[in-house]
Amino acid sequence: MKRKYFAYPYIVWMILFIVVPMFFIFYYAFNVDGTWTFRKCWETLTDGQKWRVLLMSVEIAFGTTAICLLLGYPIAYILSNMKKTVAGFISVLFFVPMWMNFVLRTYAWRAILEYALPDMLGFKTTLTGTVGAVLMVLVYDFLPFMVMPLYNTLSKLDKSLLEASRDLGADGKKTFFRVVLPLSVPGIVSGVTMVFVPAITAFTVPALIGNGNYNLYGNEIEQAFKVLAGKGDYSIGSTMSIILLICVLISTAVMNHFDNDKEGGSIL
Amino acid sequence: MKKLGRSLKYVYLGFMLLFLYLPIIYLIVFSFNDFTTGSGRRISYSNLGKWNGCTLANYGTVFSGDAGSSLLLTLEIALVSSVIATVIGTAAAIGINSMRKRPRNVVVNVSQLPMVNPDLVTGITFMMLFAFVNGLLSKIGFQISDFAKLLIAHISFSIPYVIFSVLPRLKQSSDLLYEAALDLGCSPIQALLKAVIPDIMPGISSGFIMALTMSLDDFVVSYFVADRIQPLSVYIYSNTAHGAKGVNPALATIIFIPLVSMLLIVNLRRLAKEREYEIQNKKVKMKK
Amino acid sequence: MKKILCLVLAFVLLSAFAACKSTVEVDENTFADGDQYETIGGELNVLNWGEYIDPELIELFEAETGVKVNYIEMTSNEEMLIKLRSSDSPYDLCFPSDYIIEQMIREDMLQPLDMSKIPNAKNIDPKMTEITNIFDPGNKYSLPYMWGTVGILYNTTMVDEPVTSWGILWDEKYAGQIYMYDSLRDSIGITLKYLGYEMNTRSEEEVAAARDKLIEQAPLRKGWGTDDLRATMENGKAAMCVIYSGDAFCSMDAVEDLAYAVPDEGSNVWFDNVIIPKTAKNIEAAHAFINFLNDGNIAARNTEYIYYSTPNKAAMERLDTYFTENETYNPPQEVLDRCEIFHDLGDFTDVFTKAWSAIKSAN
Repeated sequence: MKRKYFAYPYIVWMILFIVVPMFFIFYYAFNVDGTWTFRKCWETLTDGQKWRVLLMSVEIAFGTTAICLLLGYPIAYILSNMKKTVAGFISVLFFVPMWMNFVLRTYAWRAILEYALPDMLGFKTTLTGTVGAVLMVLVYDFLPFMVMPLYNTLSKLDKSLLEASRDLGADGKKTFFRVVLPLSVPGIVSGVTMVFVPAITAFTVPALIGNGNYNLYGNEIEQAFKVLAGKGDYSIGSTMSIILLICVLISTAVMNHFDNDKEGGSIL
Repeated sequence: MKKLGRSLKYVYLGFMLLFLYLPIIYLIVFSFNDFTTGSGRRISYSNLGKWNGCTLANYGTVFSGDAGSSLLLTLEIALVSSVIATVIGTAAAIGINSMRKRPRNVVVNVSQLPMVNPDLVTGITFMMLFAFVNGLLSKIGFQISDFAKLLIAHISFSIPYVIFSVLPRLKQSSDLLYEAALDLGCSPIQALLKAVIPDIMPGISSGFIMALTMSLDDFVVSYFVADRIQPLSVYIYSNTAHGAKGVNPALATIIFIPLVSMLLIVNLRRLAKEREYEIQNKKVKMKK
Repeated sequence: MKKILCLVLAFVLLSAFAACKSTVEVDENTFADGDQYETIGGELNVLNWGEYIDPELIELFEAETGVKVNYIEMTSNEEMLIKLRSSDSPYDLCFPSDYIIEQMIREDMLQPLDMSKIPNAKNIDPKMTEITNIFDPGNKYSLPYMWGTVGILYNTTMVDEPVTSWGILWDEKYAGQIYMYDSLRDSIGITLKYLGYEMNTRSEEEVAAARDKLIEQAPLRKGWGTDDLRATMENGKAAMCVIYSGDAFCSMDAVEDLAYAVPDEGSNVWFDNVIIPKTAKNIEAAHAFINFLNDGNIAARNTEYIYYSTPNKAAMERLDTYFTENETYNPPQEVLDRCEIFHDLGDFTDVFTKAWSAIKSAN
């Protein structure tokens, strides 16, 4: 028996539950009540309001990703310079909060921002419902996804390269920017992807932390499915999902362009 | 100067960890809060800002209502889906590793889809798929249950994480291992179990943990997929975004403490063992 | 491997822990008319709003009839519609609002109720069925479950003037302390009322005017909320919010500083009725459950738990004056006279949805 046969159960699974479901959004985008039509789809595409919402979501996702990278890179870098065993232990500590579902953690943040912090600081109103609060909780939720791939890449760096760089007269700063940073690009790429993609579709955080003030693309899609689908109309939501999918695919393609290791193993 | 730099590093790490654990600590502290006084006849856990005194009452009612069954469901789904995902994913990785370049690239690229696909889209596509299939099946009087729906969805989005943590291990391990085992008279299954699997075990276990984490952390997919039953995350969401009662903070402790202490014990023991090993090594060196 | 085994063990322990459940005892004087319930068995899938029934009543019904009740919570009427429309909808009983019932009747989604199986329907106040008659002619498909008004809940320590107009929601004095209700029909509806229009308007200009009014409100508004507004108000984190009378009553019960008003321009009176969808499987149990809920004692217990107003006359007779003499719980006729009921908007929904998206994106 050839070993490649072992992949066959998975391939069947993949076709049934990864490939086939994708066809459904295309089907529902162009099919309203059993007839094929571009009208609904076109209406959605030309709705300026939806594009403005998308733009804002991209801005927020971009901000989240940038802050995550700025906060996460030093963490991963410090960890990668520690003793392996200690670093392994601490990296587990960064991973563990994810075991408590993120909705529960977001809920806790809401309590903190609504009552605890304002009371402590003597504010009269709550801190929820501001763009800062939404950004902070998004960063909070996705920071582990940035730290993990970065740490994995950085800890695999060949330390002799750093020594070589130093021996050749480069100072710490130069070594970092000329050697470490370029070599950690695969980690940055997968970290950025793992933060940007979920951030662009987040709808729980705006709902729980944003007091409903921030209508992001995820909320718009959720709304489209939850409200309009009540009328038997999946078209708008499906079209918006396709737009989103295209955005994500473009951004991953761009990111992969920077990354030569295409196997994707660097995510872990 | 160097010392200052090092302690700065630790301060930064500690600060970040505090940031990550702050809401959890907050929930755990407030799980001992007395919610009965102050707010009328009904207990409202939304009142997470006022400290009314210490009580253990919240732990007595922690599983009342749907919270218990939701937690149970979440744990079941997480465990079963990650075990199945690990089995299918590991087999898939072994198969993919021995494929020729082109089909292999196709499979690898498609497998990446669920990882880059927004949760929201994944959830919606599953919702449509199951509605369609159940529509067909209802004609013969059969239905996919909500549990099965959740299970399938969770397995699907966690398999890729297993595959991509096993693949790199496979690359490091020798191709000849499997052939050698076959030559020595093993059946293919035996060869797999006795020769290949032990070699890639670290990859498998980290894949399993990833799958488990993804399943435990999921909300969006479950939200769209399940109708009749509510995993914990959906329960929490509907009770916080739309519920006046809020969620009993004792739930946080109940979930968090056992899992974390288990993890810490295992990791600390490994740390201690390795330190012992190091000390012994040093002794050996000194003797030399 | 050991790590994984440990993990699995932790999981199993946790699961065993979570599986424990309490039982509730059944009293002898539970039912008003000494009703006896036959054993029916099977499962009953109930789709209802969160916290919209006393959970002990469910256990009581289960004990009486041997029916296993699966209580599933919904967060909006629209979500419920999706669930009922799905080809594999399992629900036997549901509690949608007035205008949705109108739509469901039009789309032939409902099963006519068999009144011979609901003798307790006689307990329902005819004054109430007169109103529900508007969206469900003859009350053929639905019976009222809970009802109420939409109004303003305000904190008297922060608002010392009487609340008589929706205009106070646009008062700059309260900038950053105003919460609106996160629901399309309610928020646009009260704004239409404020502007002197009908809530069920079919005029695009009027909806646009309401939309602009709500966008204009953005800088003053702290945010949107639904049931969570109760906690916000109880904690004194906002001066006022738009809310349903039942939630307002509940909050006022908890905190003395709160008061509720239905502005003079008029508002919405709403009903949540119980219905049986066409796709229901356990129709026998569904009817038994409706009958059970309309029992005088049971309805009284239920409303005491939920704090929403009951349309059940027999229950009203049993209630404490704390409830019946409260104008939030039991509004006087003149308040009802200036309230309108929502109608299904049909194709006009699109206009509201578009306006809503623009409103929600403004900040």
